[in-house]
Amino acid sequence: MQPGQASRLAEWISRYGLLLALVLLAGLLSCLTPNFATAQNLLIVLRQISINGILAVGVTYVLLTGGVDLSLGSVVALTGVVAAGFAHPGEYPVILAVLVGILAGSGCGLVNGLIVTRGKVAPFIVTLGMLTVARGLALVVSGGRPVSNLSSSFTVLGGGAIIGIPIPVLILCVVAFASHVFLKRTRPGRYIYAVGGNEAAAYASGINVTAVKTLAYAVCGGLAGLAGIVLAARITTGQPNAGIAYELDAIAAAVIGGTSLSGGVGGIVGTLLGALLMGVLNNGLDLMNVSSYWQQIVKGLIIVGAVWFDQKGRR
Amino acid sequence: MRSDVRTTEEVESFLRIRGLTKAFPGVRALDDVDLDLKPGEVHVLIGENGAGKSTLMKLVAGLECPDSGEISKQGRVLRMRNPHDAIRLGIAMIHQELMPFRQMTVAENILIGQEPVQFGVWIDRKGLLQGAARVLGRLKCAISPERLLGELSLAEMQLVEIARALAQDADVIVMDEPTSSLSKTEVAALFEVIRDLQQRGATILYTSHKMEEVFEIGDRVTVLRDGRRVTTLKVDDASEEELIQAMVGRELTLVSSRAKGRGAGPLLTVHNLSRKGGFEKLSFQVNAGEILGFAGLMGAGRTAVVNALFGLEPADRGEIQIGDRRLRIRCPQDAIRHGIGLVSEDRRRLGLVPQMSVRSNLTLANLKAYSRRGFVDVAAESRITAEQVHSLGIKSAGQEQPVAFLSGGNQQKVVLSRMLLICPSVLLLDEPTRGIDVGAKSEIHGLIRKLASDGLGVLLVSSELPELLALSDRLLVMRNGRLVAELDPERTSQEEVMGHAMLR
Repeated sequence: MQPGQASRLAEWISRYGLLLALVLLAGLLSCLTPNFATAQNLLIVLRQISINGILAVGVTYVLLTGGVDLSLGSVVALTGVVAAGFAHPGEYPVILAVLVGILAGSGCGLVNGLIVTRGKVAPFIVTLGMLTVARGLALVVSGGRPVSNLSSSFTVLGGGAIIGIPIPVLILCVVAFASHVFLKRTRPGRYIYAVGGNEAAAYASGINVTAVKTLAYAVCGGLAGLAGIVLAARITTGQPNAGIAYELDAIAAAVIGGTSLSGGVGGIVGTLLGALLMGVLNNGLDLMNVSSYWQQIVKGLIIVGAVWFDQKGRR
Repeated sequence: MRSDVRTTEEVESFLRIRGLTKAFPGVRALDDVDLDLKPGEVHVLIGENGAGKSTLMKLVAGLECPDSGEISKQGRVLRMRNPHDAIRLGIAMIHQELMPFRQMTVAENILIGQEPVQFGVWIDRKGLLQGAARVLGRLKCAISPERLLGELSLAEMQLVEIARALAQDADVIVMDEPTSSLSKTEVAALFEVIRDLQQRGATILYTSHKMEEVFEIGDRVTVLRDGRRVTTLKVDDASEEELIQAMVGRELTLVSSRAKGRGAGPLLTVHNLSRKGGFEKLSFQVNAGEILGFAGLMGAGRTAVVNALFGLEPADRGEIQIGDRRLRIRCPQDAIRHGIGLVSEDRRRLGLVPQMSVRSNLTLANLKAYSRRGFVDVAAESRITAEQVHSLGIKSAGQEQPVAFLSGGNQQKVVLSRMLLICPSVLLLDEPTRGIDVGAKSEIHGLIRKLASDGLGVLLVSSELPELLALSDRLLVMRNGRLVAELDPERTSQEEVMGHAMLR
């Protein structure tokens, strides 16, 4: 093969490989099980990935700056119980519950961001601390009990649908679209890539690195708050024990989608494809009655395999 | 079967390179190159940035794999998939950016990967120190093997790297611009080591950007241009003009007369500026339309001064004024806002965002000017990029190409262009032509002059005296963090400048 061809092929694979894998997987599943390629099932897949999708979009911001957020699952629980506390029937308008939930989430993110930037503590440590603190706060706020008796105008956010499309899916679409535009088209978005690509050079170009990083953590936390609201609405209670290990699925989706853990490379389109791949795989294995034990093994292999393949394509 | 009859050619050529080709996305870095290294020769490789020198060296040292072509040593074809293979085959590389383990001792660095062991596991510390001392002794080098590498000077680290190559029994040593960060005395010491290695039979492949080095250390010289070999000559038969012409492929006007833009008032005034551990009580001014040169040895504090003026390492005391306004510069953002731009000596760390495109890198410091209500105006961005690419002659495979794939000279132009886009009134240039080939160098010289004649104040730090003398309107000399002399470049000599710069 000509050298030029080889590198073009590598470029093509690193750009479209994931999409190709997704299409192949979907094709395979439609052959193997008749129930896969139905409109109803595909909507189920989308609804299943919506919460992980929102979290994965959020964590993409942080990963792009070269950081990481391990506290997402706990923030989901905290914001879920906080929002649920404002969502009892006849007390407050539902928009208030939503706002409070998102604010609580971005508050956690803001604290993460400020300690990372001002305190110069490694993101891994800071967000590991937040993982415990937010979980504790969720238990304190709720007294350790599920917050139930939620208004129907709140629970519709998790269970409702508009013209047949589940509301969580619509929320994910809006969040993903807005984030894609933000990261690719706005000045702060460009700065997020620059900071992750070479922090010292970004600083020497007059970019306020502290603000950019803090923003990324705050947005990530806010989106975790939104995910917490959707989850509480779907299970109709604010559960202080919800969301355990959700951050790992979110990071996995972003990384499968080609976002680099060292920052500066990746994006929302990849992250969505990553989340979709994980969702389709789960769903397909469910339909084929593969035990959930085995599903975990397959998921782990896919995470490592996808990144391995991606790196080979880059080289 | 050691007694086979060898043809004369095989004896003559110790390392034989045939048809070597390597492409990267968008560039054919090396194109069908043949080269023969004779045993015990110092073979110098020269060429403009992007000519393929670094690629050729990386292929020889196993850091990259060729797309086609082969390398054979003493008649045996080498298959190298990584540097480890190369080392096993007796080929070692001394890198341009040294890659040693700073938190380990000199001895550990030298014998890395072949530490003497006892009982199969324990490292024999005494044996390690002795082994390292033996190698250092062969280099007539007085560095203690017990010191931490991080404490050494760049020149000493380089010697340690060479010692490592010796310890690995390398008989082909590849040196990628080994003198780019060394002082004059250190270069002389290095050359002595090279001659010594040569006498012991080592073959040395050496790249350089400095013409005088070719004549001082080289036996033969090969010129590369655009990934192809142009010519190979005996150094004794070659002339400087001939080599430069082969490199650039055109006639080259060297340094011409200086800009005569002085006379306007002071742009930047610095009064009693100090920074602990960097420089003390500096006072000087840069006038509009003037190039103010800063001479001095490495570590004299010149970089600390420009970094302070740009806010990277802010000054502790003293005043900085632009026009009549006193400024507080605490970070690069402050400096950029007041029209001060810096092209740093450390292009990789403080300049490039490697995975980002040429376009995004160019506009990074003044993105505000190319956006509306927070959204980047890609059309405006592309327009200004096209303009800059054209006026600075930046060669790339397009605006969207990541800058990581550009050659050093083109990367430097990108960083320089980024600072021009902030529309500075004062431009700080720290070693703007370091590691850049002759052609790009003269382009950048021309550009600096043009900027000054457009009314900018330029502060030029350079370790190349001919460059400083040719470009500067006034020349300041620093020593040990202090200003020690102001000279008129037209009436001084390199010797006089060095006399002020050296410690007494």
